[in-house]
Amino acid sequence: MIDNIDLSLVDWSRAQFALTAIYHWLFVPLTLGLSFILAIMETIYVKTGNEEWKRITRFWLTLFGINFAIGIATGIILEFEFGTNWSNYSWFVGDIFGAPLAVEGILAFFLESTFVAVMFFGWNKVNKKFHLVSTWLVAIGANLSALWILVANAWMQHPVGMIFNPDTARNEMVNFWAVLFNPVAVDKFLHTISSGFLLSSMFVLGISAWYLLRKREEQMAKKSMIIAGVFGLLSSLMVAYTGDVSARTISKVQPVKFASMEALYDGKSNAGLIVFGVLKDADQKIGEKKAWEFAFKIQIPGLLSVLTGGDRDAYVPGLKDHISGNEKLGIISTAEKIQSGKFAMDALKSYKRARLINDTAQILAIKDAFKEKEFNEKFWRYFGYSSVSKPEDLIPDVPGSFYSFHLMVILGFLFIMIFSVALYLLFKGTISGNKWFLWIAFLSIPLPYIASELGWILTEIGRQPWIIQDMMTVSKAVSQISAGTVITTFILFAVLFTGLLISEVSIMVKQIKIGPKH
Amino acid sequence: MGRYFSFLNRLYLFYYDGFKNMSGWGRKVWLIILIKLFIMFAILKIFFFQDFLYKNWHSNKERTEHVLEQLTNSSDNNDRQH
Repeated sequence: MIDNIDLSLVDWSRAQFALTAIYHWLFVPLTLGLSFILAIMETIYVKTGNEEWKRITRFWLTLFGINFAIGIATGIILEFEFGTNWSNYSWFVGDIFGAPLAVEGILAFFLESTFVAVMFFGWNKVNKKFHLVSTWLVAIGANLSALWILVANAWMQHPVGMIFNPDTARNEMVNFWAVLFNPVAVDKFLHTISSGFLLSSMFVLGISAWYLLRKREEQMAKKSMIIAGVFGLLSSLMVAYTGDVSARTISKVQPVKFASMEALYDGKSNAGLIVFGVLKDADQKIGEKKAWEFAFKIQIPGLLSVLTGGDRDAYVPGLKDHISGNEKLGIISTAEKIQSGKFAMDALKSYKRARLINDTAQILAIKDAFKEKEFNEKFWRYFGYSSVSKPEDLIPDVPGSFYSFHLMVILGFLFIMIFSVALYLLFKGTISGNKWFLWIAFLSIPLPYIASELGWILTEIGRQPWIIQDMMTVSKAVSQISAGTVITTFILFAVLFTGLLISEVSIMVKQIKIGPKH
Repeated sequence: MGRYFSFLNRLYLFYYDGFKNMSGWGRKVWLIILIKLFIMFAILKIFFFQDFLYKNWHSNKERTEHVLEQLTNSSDNNDRQH
């Protein structure tokens, strides 16, 4: 079957990265959120001395442990892929990627691995308070690990705080704080961890609902549901807020992605926010690229203008504005950016030539130019455009961006409703009798996973064709290796990760059926 | 020195007891971890995921030249494959 699929090396390398990242992300968010839920439960135990809370904490700790252990090191495979499949990219990003990942490695090793052992082996061996501190440190450590990975990813979406050194062909970090407090990194971190909290809350709520449906462990289930309901509601509100802030940031730093998320081809004032819609082929094209239009849509008039520009008259640029340019708004056309990119490319070629003939004066002059602010802002920031042949190639997969974004948002609002209803029923004392709700809560366990993956799909397909926004296209980043090797490892990863996922689910289901120890 | 060794001994016993008294699911996930790490590092890393630049070029100067060549080449790498 593989022989009949005509996919390029780039496509296979992308597919492999997507596969491993999607599988890796099935394990991570539960660790991020459940660790905090455990810390809250254990705090109640230490504060009240109520042994029931200890029993509850230990039960959820078992499920946390299974997820943590099976998911551990799955992210390392992504690093393997950087070195093998994406070597040009790995070299080009230099220490921008290396530094945050090194910090992440140290934090993960010292904080998580040390204190995870205390969490599991330390009951009755270390004092209660030390155990509690360990649990909190695991939660903080796990989330701080995520911070550094997200800082690295945010730099790819919005590269800041670096200067390119033509001598080494690498970017060098000149401002660590600019990289760390990159607006995309801050938004991404808060949005990602809060989505992990939400996912974990739904996990606890859903499994507790299953116990209530089975009329088992009712006290434990209700107590767990209170924690999950409160933590989940707060998290889902935080997800909505940080999602809104992220979208505003994207509208500024990745406006093409933003227009694709809204399937907005023609910019306008009083732009409506699409609640949901269905796209169909449009009669028109942009260059040679197929365009899309709405078969139907539900929208809130003017809200997109209000959210992005502060009032209904604010103009929201569409894809056509970004491709053709809009002088009135100061939007540079893609053709102009291509010219700037080619100028930067010529400078790099001249540098290469000067090095070949050992023209010291020319080498020094070009090296100085690379340090100049004007050259960087006018030309080098558009370096990636030098390998773009047609302006319309800048448009990402519009239906993919639009549907992943809108489904994620719809699910986000559904979660707010589920947690609100759960808390209402809990405080009314009628949750056990509401079987319909218990089924909804139980069946909703996979939904935050889907929403979370959709968020990543939007992040990554929405910024195509870039691997580093405006600076490097995906096709420039790939190594010249055989596509056959990539296909082989793609299959190996698919088998390995599917095996891990099946193991996780089956061990977890078994432990849930056994229930907490008495 | 004696206190240092006593701490190390307690630390060793802490982990030793922890692993020794591990529950059934704990043993199972440890087995999975070991198999996973073996596949990742002893098979995938060695046979399929050697660092492309470090494997094919011997110095940073050569690696830089290669990447510069790739960056300044007008056709993209996807085109070159076909």
